[in-house]
Amino acid sequence: MIQIKNLHANVGGVEILHGVDLEIGAGEVHAIMGPNGSGKSTLARVLAGHDAYEVTEGQVLFDGKDLLDMDPEIRAREGVFMAFQYPVEIPGVSNTYFLKAALNAVRKHRGLPEIDAVDFLKLVREKMKLVQMDDGLLHRPVNEGFSGGEKKRNEIFHMAVLEPRFAVLDETDSGLDIDALRIVSEGVNLLRSPERSFLVITHYQRLLDYIVPDRVHVLVDGRIVRSGGKELALELEAKGYGWIEQEAALAQPVSA
Amino acid sequence: MSATSIEPDSAAAGAAQPFLDEFARLAAERTTEPTRIAEMRRRAIEHFNAVGFPARDEEEWRFTNVAPIVRSSFRAESYETVGLGMEAIASSVFAGVAARLTFVDGRFAPTLSFVGDLPAGVFVGRLAEAIEAQREEVSEHLGAHRPGDGPGTHAFAALNAALFRDGACILLPRGARIEAPIHLVFVASGGTMSFPRNLIVLGVDAQATVVETYTGIGGAGGSSLTVPVTEIVTFADANLKHVKVQREEHDAFHVAAFELHQDRSSRVASHSISLGGGLVRNDLHAVLAGEGADCVLNGLYLVEGRQLVDNHMKVEHAAAHCDSHELYKGVLDGKSRAVFSGLIHVHPGAQKTDAKQSNRNLLLSGEAIANSNPQLEIYADDVKCTHGSTVGQLDEDAIFYLRSRGIGIEAARSLLTYAFASELVERIPVEPVRRALEEFLFSRLPGGEVVRQAV
Repeated sequence: MIQIKNLHANVGGVEILHGVDLEIGAGEVHAIMGPNGSGKSTLARVLAGHDAYEVTEGQVLFDGKDLLDMDPEIRAREGVFMAFQYPVEIPGVSNTYFLKAALNAVRKHRGLPEIDAVDFLKLVREKMKLVQMDDGLLHRPVNEGFSGGEKKRNEIFHMAVLEPRFAVLDETDSGLDIDALRIVSEGVNLLRSPERSFLVITHYQRLLDYIVPDRVHVLVDGRIVRSGGKELALELEAKGYGWIEQEAALAQPVSA
Repeated sequence: MSATSIEPDSAAAGAAQPFLDEFARLAAERTTEPTRIAEMRRRAIEHFNAVGFPARDEEEWRFTNVAPIVRSSFRAESYETVGLGMEAIASSVFAGVAARLTFVDGRFAPTLSFVGDLPAGVFVGRLAEAIEAQREEVSEHLGAHRPGDGPGTHAFAALNAALFRDGACILLPRGARIEAPIHLVFVASGGTMSFPRNLIVLGVDAQATVVETYTGIGGAGGSSLTVPVTEIVTFADANLKHVKVQREEHDAFHVAAFELHQDRSSRVASHSISLGGGLVRNDLHAVLAGEGADCVLNGLYLVEGRQLVDNHMKVEHAAAHCDSHELYKGVLDGKSRAVFSGLIHVHPGAQKTDAKQSNRNLLLSGEAIANSNPQLEIYADDVKCTHGSTVGQLDEDAIFYLRSRGIGIEAARSLLTYAFASELVERIPVEPVRRALEEFLFSRLPGGEVVRQAV
């Protein structure tokens, strides 16, 4: 479904990603782990199309189409979703109405008619249950005054309504207590399907207790230095990142 | 600010001539005016003659150059008063009003006006008629708070006092309440000058809602000049909601004064919306003269192209326990300019004052400029006064967030712009005016259909 080939990306003239290769098949859940500053969030934002990041080399194919050639909104309409590490507060824009406009933009792109108000409300009610979202949050401005946990739940709620085919979760576990983490993870698990792939970005292994990945990749200094099954996450949890960073340094003697 | 006489240069003196001519013409027409009014006009025109038009080195006009007004010529005659049909004001009017008074180029237009059933003792009608009838409220209040001369009175305020032909007069006796809004419509046709004068007096415990709409019909005559003055007096416990919508042609000049004098525990909520005009100046002066008076001053300006809008606010807390809350927001596109000058003056003895002032500007273009100058002068020691101003652009993170959900970039920008303005739109207490403003925004903003759906 998604093929990342030799991806290099800069921010502010500094190269952060030094050639990332990754392939995620339909229905698969891959996790990316890595120490702070390794480029995890950069990878997420490059995939979503943030214009502060410049891709200097490489390719990303989404169902064979050139993803990097698309504006962020086109990526979203094609079925890419990113759950933000820090969801943005947007005063004055209602969470529900905004979501309806977003859903209709996606539907229009796919040649579907606009959803009518009754069906939309039904859809919203159904999806809210996935993340046990409070009714009140629907009518508030997007993320405004939401707690950290509410913001993350709102991200998963948006994802549930927009039904992407490829979702990137950027440190969705950060700042969550264990109950919120469980709720968010269960929401994600309910959205897993043979047609939907996930890239779960996290610093800590604990999220992967709940969202069990098919593959785990370790990103160090802008490169994937090791890939394995879910047991790799447990190994990292036990041993920390130090040993793998050393290994990576030895394996790349020419890197400055 | 200039209290002393300035010798007008020859060009300015030449520019003053049409106004002096108009004064002479009016004086000949109006032989029956009460002495007090005639005297007010005479002092005003002398004051105008003495001070001349404001110069750029005057602090109050530092950012607003009136040279384009001085250079233009305007005719005092109106060609349109008789022939103008409802279609000229159709986009401004709405149903469910208690009365509608329409003035075209400063003259009353009876066919575009009506007054419905009103409570006993209420007067809603022409100021000229109220003057002629020698109504007590008029002799007591007209020009009492916004005189046509004296220190601090600029040329435009003087010209209004000297040259007004008519305007609306709304007088509510003690306890009178009018639920439906009273709508005042001022139409400017191209190339004309007009000086509408409005007087609103709410007696003890009276209650009313007044909407003033300033609109233009263009025409071949060039830019119009409208110089309105609205004087408002609210007696104890009175409650006034006031909305001003300025949506004249984009080349129009509009220099307005809004004078508010509030007695004990009276409440005024003012909403000033500036959409049109090439050069728009609003002087707002509120005096909270009685204990416990409360005023809310909201403003929204949306400018583009080479429009300039200048809001000069002065709120005086002259008594204890008064509240004033000002929120003015502007959206600037193109090469437009906005000026906000806000002074809160707390007099000695005005303890427990609660004054807030905020001015926020959103720049949609790199060439738009906003000047914001909040000031506090506090002569009492037990007060709560806050002020703040911001000038900024749309939040890039928010734009990316919206786009990442499938909203197009244009619609995302428009949505955030709408959200910025909506705080003030939502406060407008007259639903048809609020709806019309929403529609204006949807039509003005690129991708407005998405915005309509998303708010």
